[in-house]
Amino acid sequence: MSVLSETIDWFSRSSTWSGNDGIPHRLVEHLGYTALTVGIAAVVAVPLGLYIGHTGRLRGLAVAFTGAVRALPTLGLLTWFALLVGLGLTAPITALVLLAVPPLLAGVYSGVESVDQRTVDAARAQGMTEIQILTRVEVPLGLSIILGGLRSATLQVVATATVGAFIGLGGLGRYIIDGQRSSDYPQMLGGSLVVVVLALLLDGAWAIAQSLTSGRHTRVLV
Amino acid sequence: MTWAWENRELVLELFWRHAWLSAIPVVVGGLLAVPVGWFSHRNPRLRGGVLALVSLLYTVPSLPLLVILPLVIGTGFLSPLNVLIALTIYAVAIMARTANDAFGSVSPAVLDAARATGYAPARLAFTVELPLAGPVLLAGLRVVSVSTVSLVSIGALIGVSSLGSLFTDGYQRDFTTEIVVGIVATVVLALLFDAVLVLLGRLAMPWARSQRSVTPTQGRWAAFFTRGGVSAGGDAL
Amino acid sequence: MIEYRQISKTFDDGTQAVREFDLTIPSRTTTVFVGSSGCGKTTLLRMVNRMVDPSVGQVLIDDEDVATRNKVELRRSIGYVMQHAGLLPHRTVVDNVATVLRLNGVGKTQAHERALEVLTTVGLEESHARRYPSQLSGGQQQRVGVARGLAADPNILLMDEPFGAVDPIVREELQGELQRLQRELDKTIVFVTHDIDEAFALGDQIVILKKGGEIAQVGAPADILAAPADDFVRSFVGLDKATRTLRVEERDGRSLVVDGNGRATGVLA
Repeated sequence: MSVLSETIDWFSRSSTWSGNDGIPHRLVEHLGYTALTVGIAAVVAVPLGLYIGHTGRLRGLAVAFTGAVRALPTLGLLTWFALLVGLGLTAPITALVLLAVPPLLAGVYSGVESVDQRTVDAARAQGMTEIQILTRVEVPLGLSIILGGLRSATLQVVATATVGAFIGLGGLGRYIIDGQRSSDYPQMLGGSLVVVVLALLLDGAWAIAQSLTSGRHTRVLV
Repeated sequence: MTWAWENRELVLELFWRHAWLSAIPVVVGGLLAVPVGWFSHRNPRLRGGVLALVSLLYTVPSLPLLVILPLVIGTGFLSPLNVLIALTIYAVAIMARTANDAFGSVSPAVLDAARATGYAPARLAFTVELPLAGPVLLAGLRVVSVSTVSLVSIGALIGVSSLGSLFTDGYQRDFTTEIVVGIVATVVLALLFDAVLVLLGRLAMPWARSQRSVTPTQGRWAAFFTRGGVSAGGDAL
Repeated sequence: MIEYRQISKTFDDGTQAVREFDLTIPSRTTTVFVGSSGCGKTTLLRMVNRMVDPSVGQVLIDDEDVATRNKVELRRSIGYVMQHAGLLPHRTVVDNVATVLRLNGVGKTQAHERALEVLTTVGLEESHARRYPSQLSGGQQQRVGVARGLAADPNILLMDEPFGAVDPIVREELQGELQRLQRELDKTIVFVTHDIDEAFALGDQIVILKKGGEIAQVGAPADILAAPADDFVRSFVGLDKATRTLRVEERDGRSLVVDGNGRATGVLA
């Protein structure tokens, strides 16, 4: 039997679809990790990004931090944290949050910065307070780019959570790591395909959100 | 650190493997992406489609890609070729959009003047457009290089050895030092690559040094992390 | 009445924009700051609504030092019109005009009613109100900018090169419109421009500035043309140019006005 038909066979098995090791359960786990991680990262990065974008302060530091994290190998980070903290969710989630913060931070501050300074100046001259400028001018106008940051962070986390299976994290990566350990290529391939589809769907969802936020005004402007 | 010294031969060997596994995709990906970016810049109607396809490639997570590739291209499961091709795909995906923007950043007035002086199309492309797009291209290549060096380690999970092998091995042996040595070595390699690119850029484009604002660091990281498709104009795929 | 008392301004980067500046701007007139770039005219304008605070000295509105006023409230009480209109691109025209009213807590329906009223005053139609700024021409956007400045019926209107980015024909039209508005509304207008012709067309009081906010001459257009203070003013207003040295020639019983180059520019009525 070829690998392809074995993989189709794997997908058609009922055990693939039920129980703790079934696709629905793994999918929910994977989405759960993603939501949790992006959520925590957003709590840190969104206020900080808004502050940096609005005031221009700390931006050098943010750029340096972003660059430094980018150079860190994700697998190294995951395994290191796992040995430091031990088994459980803490190590992988911490590593995932660390990796999700930079794209999110960059998205938020570049979104705010992308707003024409003359528009901001005019809003200030009309008598808007700094908070009003942020919430009524900078965030709505930069929203598409801010969502772009959430989009990259989500993709980063979906991909890295897959790798996290190596240090015992659940989710769809389990199929790849477990399949590898038992030389079950069809299972690895099946799991990989599910991850790819998930990534494409999530990316598509963010893309739609982004295009909804770039309303009439921006289209005409460019 | 004694461990690193005692195992310097192993670490060095993995370092070199890692270097090759990163360098080839950066170079090949860069060479492939520049014409793609030039083409999409020249054909505004096809631009959306080309760039959407390219960012779709980038959406595929790395570990699954490494699993799927052998089936698609018929390589052995443990072949380093899988890692090389996967990383080349990512390099093209990041770089094509940057290249498109790079050619877009060249002043139309300069091109117009060159055309009026009598530059033929091919000569114009190679001796005017390409060099003027150089600073932005270099900025993109630096992003690609950092990200590639960091991604190579994932290959260790499917048995393609690199500095990533220090992570898998260290984890299985419950040996933190090995992992830390791996992380440090990877970062050093990324810095080395970056230094080489900057140096090559200075040699090839001495004129660009006086106008460093062409490649603002912030813009480059921001563009990378927000993944292009979301520039203010919003041609998100 | 707006008073500048011993104003100096040094920016963080060390450039001194204005030095020891004194001026009184009478109420219900149009005062125009005119000068080349770098003369500090925009800086002086922005001191009135505290977009810039002076390093030294005081700005008083009706004998009250603006430094004692809350910045945000002060700005809401003063109209501001700028080059490129500075409209919010994500809000419709009517929302843009209603901005200050809404900030001041006026209800939405009432604010929109008032906004539509002001839009008519500046010569725009209701059909423009629901559009986005980018769907209007440059001249129309500028009218919206003026409408926004007037919406809350402020006593003072600050205008920073408001017609600088539109083409000459539209500019002249907008200048005419502003003259009409001022006859109707009687505001205290402070206007900044680098164009001396625009200054003469609009200003009751002209303030010609040199570098560093030094006043070269203050006066009505006629006073300045009749008695330029020095060579700088003479050259700035173009008195040494052929186009401003006119004489009358009789031709076929009509009195032709002829410039220094001998070119006819008009007839005496």
